[in-house]
Amino acid sequence: MSTLVLLLVTGLGLGGLYFLVASGLSLIYGLMGVLNFAHGSFLTLGAFVGVGVARLVGTDTWAGLGLALVVGAATGAAAAALTELGLIRPLYERHIEQVLVTVGLSLATVALFEGIWGPDAQYLTGPPWLESTTTLAGARIPNVAFVTFVAGALVLAGIVLFLKHTRYGLIIRAGVENRAMVTALGIDVRRAFTLVFAVGGAAAGLGGVLASQYFGYVSPHLGGNLLIFAFIVTVIGGLGSLTGAAVASVVVAVLQQLTNYYLGYGDLVVVLLLAVVLLVRPSGLLGRKA
Amino acid sequence: MTRTRWIRLAAALGGLVLVACLPLLAIYVPGVLPGPTYMPGTLQLLALCWLTAALALSYHLLFGVVGLMSFGHALYFAAGVYGLAIVLERTDLPLLGAAVVVLAGGVLLAYVLGAISLRVTGISFAMVTLAFAQAGNVLVRRNPGDLTGGEEGLALETQFVPDALVGVVNTRNLYWLALAVLVVVYLVVLWIERSRAGHVAAAVRENELRVRVVGGRPYAVKLLVFVLAAGLATVVGMAYLLLQSGAVPRASSSEFTLTLLVMVVLGGVGSRWGAIVGAVLYTILDQRLGELAGSEAVEALPAVLRVPLSEPMFLLGACFILVVMFVPGGLAGAAGRLTQAGAARRRAVAA
Amino acid sequence: MSGQSMSGPVLQVKNLSARIAGQQVVEDVTFDVPAVGVTAVLGRNGVGKTSTLRAVLGLIERKGEVLLGGERVDGDRTDKIVRRGVGYVPEDREVFAGLTVAENLRLAERAGPNGTSPERRALVAELFPDLVQRAEQRAGTLSGGQQQMVSLARALLNDNILLLVDEPTKGLAPRIVGEVAEALAHAATTVPILLVEQNLQVIERLADTVVVIDAGRVVHTGQAADLLGDPDRIQRLLGVHAGEESL
Repeated sequence: MSTLVLLLVTGLGLGGLYFLVASGLSLIYGLMGVLNFAHGSFLTLGAFVGVGVARLVGTDTWAGLGLALVVGAATGAAAAALTELGLIRPLYERHIEQVLVTVGLSLATVALFEGIWGPDAQYLTGPPWLESTTTLAGARIPNVAFVTFVAGALVLAGIVLFLKHTRYGLIIRAGVENRAMVTALGIDVRRAFTLVFAVGGAAAGLGGVLASQYFGYVSPHLGGNLLIFAFIVTVIGGLGSLTGAAVASVVVAVLQQLTNYYLGYGDLVVVLLLAVVLLVRPSGLLGRKA
Repeated sequence: MTRTRWIRLAAALGGLVLVACLPLLAIYVPGVLPGPTYMPGTLQLLALCWLTAALALSYHLLFGVVGLMSFGHALYFAAGVYGLAIVLERTDLPLLGAAVVVLAGGVLLAYVLGAISLRVTGISFAMVTLAFAQAGNVLVRRNPGDLTGGEEGLALETQFVPDALVGVVNTRNLYWLALAVLVVVYLVVLWIERSRAGHVAAAVRENELRVRVVGGRPYAVKLLVFVLAAGLATVVGMAYLLLQSGAVPRASSSEFTLTLLVMVVLGGVGSRWGAIVGAVLYTILDQRLGELAGSEAVEALPAVLRVPLSEPMFLLGACFILVVMFVPGGLAGAAGRLTQAGAARRRAVAA
Repeated sequence: MSGQSMSGPVLQVKNLSARIAGQQVVEDVTFDVPAVGVTAVLGRNGVGKTSTLRAVLGLIERKGEVLLGGERVDGDRTDKIVRRGVGYVPEDREVFAGLTVAENLRLAERAGPNGTSPERRALVAELFPDLVQRAEQRAGTLSGGQQQMVSLARALLNDNILLLVDEPTKGLAPRIVGEVAEALAHAATTVPILLVEQNLQVIERLADTVVVIDAGRVVHTGQAADLLGDPDRIQRLLGVHAGEESL
């Protein structure tokens, strides 16, 4: 029983991390029709820069963690916004080329990160509370799992509120439905493009810092490893559906934890789930019909 | 028209003969090749170029001909590499028999996974193929039942491999094998493109709905091409195992598929020669840039320049981005524009 | 608006051609839209009427000259052209189905000299009381006629110098067709309209000038009354009898 609780809660924590990556992918795809392969690099960069700054005050202090989160999110947002302005915007509406550019960017940046920070993982220690556990229904649950889950939930709530109650949120929701008509109402939809990139990049940067706490290290491949699962999550949830991504994040992560413990090969079971979902519902759980 | 076709054919055959004779010659291109062409090290690199080109051609069949952006093509290449390594290690089959078994396995795998992946299109298809390939990569790294050797990989079991294909002294035979694989793959790709299925496939890329309206079956054609491309990749993978005398997990990674995509786009999407040139260029650049990274000239540079210059993948990725943004049609497209401009100038002079 | 642009045509289209996915849909179209009244674009199905409107707005790839109030706009992006004061009511309404009626209208509100004003909001509320009532309803759940009201309202919310209205009565019940025509007639008293329409009765009621397009080219321009009073010409240009209700 306590093992099950442990697996469920750590699954929720992992799901929070997946969602931090998948939310940006989903927003960007929904509005722009671009699947962003460089999203993992925003995460990795956010993690390295955030943790690097935190080292100045000590990664094991709350101030250090807070600083890392703020700096990581800001770095991710800046990198993403620059990517949109410099590489995506000039290829306006040429979706294949846009995807290719993000592929090139992901290959180039991972190599660059290896050059700057070395190819191997750098281990780090977070604040003592994050490193310890809380006993819940007999299970000793790592506190960091609660934090990543709550972070994912807060980001979801934040994005939903933003979409519901702001002018840009309105533009984004309309743009997801019909981009051309938004421009035909006199709105420069490209600003919304930069904005979704920045928001997605911020979530990824935040995810990068939290992932470094969750796994206990940073490495140039941190983002790429999470990105694959975030892709699976976005497809299972339905490309472009934020709630779909949230539901699928939790389902995928919990399933992965359970099978990893009871059967092994949790990663394979996730791919199998993807295959089953596509056979039954090609547009994903909450996706619109293509 | 027919005359130019004959000239082209003759040029191609002449070129092929020249390339086939390289192991007997002592051609040295400083900066491009590591040594004269009869040296095993150089032959090894060139053979790798031919196999990579063959693999890029099989990817061209998917991406260039049918417009299927697969991010999991490496899976079928890895099926060839690992499949042959495992069969040679675990059974008493001779090389040819083992190769047939592995090819059948690769084709079956491609049929099952292709049938599922092709239920979705566009970006979803890319994602699904990526996920399947990633699953393969995980399997290989996990080393189930000690089959794949995990992160270490597998060494080639040479007991049932003909002696002529084993060892550094026989590199030239492996070179010819690699070249033969490239020629065969090229001819198969050419044949598919010229066949009825190839025409339907090209039509599917342009406008799938129209094909369906006139009674074509896009799904069947796409699946056929997917399976054929995967089969070719399996064949290349087996030759790769012989050439490298071992299998490493990188062969099954998604980055490996992405590099195939990079080669095809560099060379020019939709062009067979583009795929070949892109692959050869990529392989040589990858090799030479790696050496540049270790050179003293780079070591002496300040960190701002040294770090990017010592990462070949960074330079290749950056090149790739520039080509996508500024050179539509890749190298083939640029070459086409140059010859067109040349022809126009000649016409202008003549008139 | 400056007085001089009122005197000349509000929109001039010169040698406009357009492509969709490489296919030529508008060959070579030239016409003017006077600064007052309704200019109707007529022609058989599929001759490029809708594409002409979309090309004017830059929604599809185009070549040629487009002048708005005497200024070249063919190099501009769609949103920039619209902000110069163009209201667009597309074929098939294109309301945002997942957004509420109020959100659809809020999205259409523009700032600036020819943007939204309290008077404009009041006018829209007066013309379409139904929409006020259904403000919180999702636009996707509205009837076709109601969706057309939303689409018209989006264009009328702003102090535009030109409206582009594409088949506003298509697929609507006869009673609703009357309401739509009523709203357009009211709008036409303050702003020139370029109207694509198949319903001859609606054209008869609204149009002052007509432009007939065939196979991507303009084949006739003139006064609406002249064309509509000449059944032979209608038959020749549009392939229908004047008595028929729709083209």
